[in-house]
Formats: sequence, C-alpha cells, structure tokens
Amino acid sequence: MARPVQRPKLSLLERSYLPAIFGGLLVTIRHFKDMIFGKTQVTMEYPEQNWNDDLPDWYRGAPTLVKDEHGRERCVACQLCEFICPPRAITIKPGEISKDSKWAKVEKFPEQFEIDMARCIYCGLCQEVCPEQAIFLRKDYSITGETRESLVHDKKKLYELGGVMTGLVHKWDEKK
Amino acid sequence: MLSFDIFLQPEIFLLWTSFLKTAVLVGVVLTMVAYSVWAERKVSAFIQDRVGPNRVGWAGLLQPLVDGVKLVLKENFVPSGVNKFFFSLAPALAFVPALLVLAVLPFGSSLFGVPMVIANLNTGILWVFAVSSLGVYGIVLAGWSSNSKYPFLGSIRSSSQMISYEIALGLSVIPIFLITGTLNLGEIVQYQTLHGWMVFPMGMSGFNLQRLLLWIPMLISFLVFLIAMFAETNRLPFDLPEAEQELVGGYHTEYSSMRFAMFFLGEYAAMIAGAGVIVTLFLGGWSLPFVPDGSQGWLWGVVNIATFFAKVAAIIFFFLWIRWTLPRFRFDQLMKLGWYVFFEVALVNIFLTAAILLYFRS
Ligand code: SF4
Ligand code: SF4
Repeated sequence: MARPVQRPKLSLLERSYLPAIFGGLLVTIRHFKDMIFGKTQVTMEYPEQNWNDDLPDWYRGAPTLVKDEHGRERCVACQLCEFICPPRAITIKPGEISKDSKWAKVEKFPEQFEIDMARCIYCGLCQEVCPEQAIFLRKDYSITGETRESLVHDKKKLYELGGVMTGLVHKWDEKK
Repeated sequence: MLSFDIFLQPEIFLLWTSFLKTAVLVGVVLTMVAYSVWAERKVSAFIQDRVGPNRVGWAGLLQPLVDGVKLVLKENFVPSGVNKFFFSLAPALAFVPALLVLAVLPFGSSLFGVPMVIANLNTGILWVFAVSSLGVYGIVLAGWSSNSKYPFLGSIRSSSQMISYEIALGLSVIPIFLITGTLNLGEIVQYQTLHGWMVFPMGMSGFNLQRLLLWIPMLISFLVFLIAMFAETNRLPFDLPEAEQELVGGYHTEYSSMRFAMFFLGEYAAMIAGAGVIVTLFLGGWSLPFVPDGSQGWLWGVVNIATFFAKVAAIIFFFLWIRWTLPRFRFDQLMKLGWYVFFEVALVNIFLTAAILLYFRS
C-alpha cells in the first residue's frame, strides 16, 4: 500500500538553499582547518610506518613450516593440510625416510612442499589440521613478487620463514 | 653599430612587450593550472580527512610534473568509429578559449610604464563572453565525435547547461557597466581603485549614500555571476557534462593521453580565467586599498600583479571548497534555476541599478 510521505514545509530562506550551502561550507572548512593544524588523526603511512613490532603472537600471516628442537623437520607428509586447504594452495610430494636413519620410525617426510601464496587465503586450516604441529601461520604478511612462480614458496623458503618451534609434541622422541 | 632605439619606436615597442607579456602570462597561468590540480587534490584530501599526494617532492609538490610525464607517455588511443577530425579538434577547442580570455584581463597596473594587460580592448567583457562560450563547442564536439553514449549524454547536458546559465551570466554584469559606463576591463578596475571594490565599496574615498545603495545590486550581481561562473567552468555543483559517477567522465570518456590532458588543462585554465574575470569585475582587480599603482615605482607594479594572482588563487580555493561541499544538480534543476530564478533576478537587478542611478542623477 502506498504510504503518503509528509514533505517538510520549507521556509523561503530554506528553499533558496543558501543556509544549507553555508552550513555545508562550514563543515568542510572545519575538516580542512583541523587537517592543516594536525588535529585530524590520519591513516598510517604504510611503508614507512607499520605494525610489525606490535603484531600479536596469534597473527595469521603466511603459513610456514617449522623444525623442532633437534633441528628435525616436523612434517611427516601426511598430506592432511594439502587436502583441507580450501583454495588448494599446498602441494606435497611425500618421500620415504631410509631404514637406517635415526628417525626411521617416522617413515615419511615431504620431498617437496610448496605453498602457492597467490592462492593462500590465510585461513589457518592447515595449522589447525596438522597432527604434528609442523605448519604454522607466522607474522609475514607482505608477500610480493614479480611473477606467479616467485610467489610459490618451496620447502627451503618455508623453513626459512618458519624457523624453529620448540616444546610442543614429542611423540617421535626415542623414549616415548 | 646596431642601435637599440628601434626597440623603443611605439609600434615595435608594443609588439615586443606584447610578446613578452603573452609568454610570461601563459607560462604563469600554465604553472597555476598545474598547481591548481595539485591544490584540488590536496584540498579535497584535507576536507575528507585524507593526506593527499605526498610522495613526489615535499607535500607532493612535484606531483603535477610526474602526472604530466605519465600523461605524455600514455598511448594516445583513438577508438574505432570516431570522427577523427573533430575528435582531434575538440581538445584544442576546449583548451584555447580559456587562454584567449586571459588576453583582456588586466593582471596588474603597469610595470616600467607598460600596462599589464595584453590587449586593452574597449569591448573587453564582450570578448570574454564571446570566447569563453566557445569552450562549449569543444565539449559538444568531443561528445558527438566520440561515437559513444556517455560522452554524447555529457555533451547534450553541456549544451542544455549553456542555454540556461549564459543569459544570467551576461545580464548579471550589466549593472556594472551602468555604474562604470565602460566595457573596458582596465577602466572598470580603475573605477574600482577610485570608488572601492564592487562588492566591498568601503575603505576608499568617495563613499556616500549612493555607493551604499548600489552595494545591494552589486552583491546580487556578484552572487548570480559567481554561480553562473561555476556553470561556465563546469565546476561542481554544475559539472553535469563530466559527472564521473553517472557518465564515467562524460565528454572525455573516450580520450586518453595528451588529448585527455588538454581537456583537463582546459578545465583548470577556464577556472583560472573565470576567477580572473570575477576578480576584475567585482573584487577590484589588481588593486588593494592604500596600495599605489605601478606609476609610483616598479615595486608597486609587482605588488599589484601579485595582488591580482593572490585574489585569483583565493577564488580558486573557493571553487575547490564548493566542489567538495555541494552535491551535483540534476540538469532539469539547473535549467529551472537558470530560467526561473537567475534570469529574473538579474533582470530585476538591472532595473534596480538603473533606478538608483537615475535617482541620484536627478
Ligand atoms: S592458510 Fe589456509 S589457504 Fe593458506 S595454505 Fe593453509 S589451509 Fe591453505
Ligand atoms: S604439514 Fe602437517 S598436515 Fe601438512 S603434511 Fe606435514 S604433517 Fe601433515
């Protein structure tokens, strides 16, 4: 049903637009003045200023692989992260650990581990699903490159970014 | 031994001083154009609580230079199906009239006895109106020859806009001629140095009841002329031919590179010329109260020129300020405003002025 809208009755002065225009001019010049005198808080000038030092520990930046306190890679190439990754950013090629290695019990390791940062959506599901706590989203957020290929992080790069993470699971330790 | 006397013969003297004045004025105005683009971006940013250009040079002051280089380096693309001749002609038609207007504006008193105006025409203001309305042809041709709907709509709006404001623009200045009795812009400025500015008749000799009464029609004239000038220069709230939001840039949608830059420069040059006309007619041109003119020494001549450009800069700031305050009019609203309000107001204003003058004559 149509509902009649009561139009406001404007005085002659209001209908001349002039008071409204004048009021508008006052608003804009106030913003101009505040900006000139530095009273306005403006946006952060990004490349020079940044949040890097204030990022919280739980920040979800680029996914990386981490090593444990023995310097051993944690990933056992179970490929759970590969399967759960919504945009299919992860590609893993599992390999077998040789029988005479100290870590033969672990059986598998990733021969290749690639994360395509052009695809990754920083959802953190890989970190959540990993049974070995081998993959973590760390604090790097400014991932840039000039080609698509350069945005694919290979195993070496992932460990470089990830570093060492200690004190979590220990199920592959000899005594356990 | 070559004598320099030949340069002081009246005709030759006029020739080379005119050339010099033209070159310097065009240089100054083009620089002003570049920096009003910068000012536009800076003022808009400040009004919207942003920072604005600040990467190239201190506070982004070299930005216009870099923008120019970018525009020159871009591909000068001509879409298929355009009328090539008019497509190339239009940018020039939009740009040149704005510069031609400057020829008759007295931008200073005199320097070393040379009057600071390029062409001291007796029909000064008529020249301004005649030439500046040519600028509309640039827009109409651009829209028509682009063979594309948005430019076409833009140019239609431009012509509808022109028929609604030009009459008010012309009529609103007639009271000035009634008062000063001349069309010559230089003499109008002279009159204002003697009797006070048109919109601010105080502070100078010769203030009396007549001046006070004439102040009313002058303020009305000023308001109508100012608003019509916004339409003439296609500035918001009357930038219907451009209308970025509805017409994706309007008449210059299909233009790129230097051709686009010409439109851009033309718009800002027209703004400067328009501001110059306003300053000359209503704000006393180069004059300041109690500041002598160039005949008292060249330093005062320079001060007069600086005064003129400072006033122009103030008006340009006002243009920018308005742009970032008011929304755009619809074009039927503009036509209504032009035909129902400004036309009548300007017409009545003429009779009001005439009546006041007649009363004081008798
Ligand atoms: S963060 Fe999400 S998108 Fe990125 S690699 Fe891990 S699972 Fe895939
Ligand atoms: S990172 Fe974790 S989830 Fe992914 S393959 Fe290695 S062990 Fe499995």
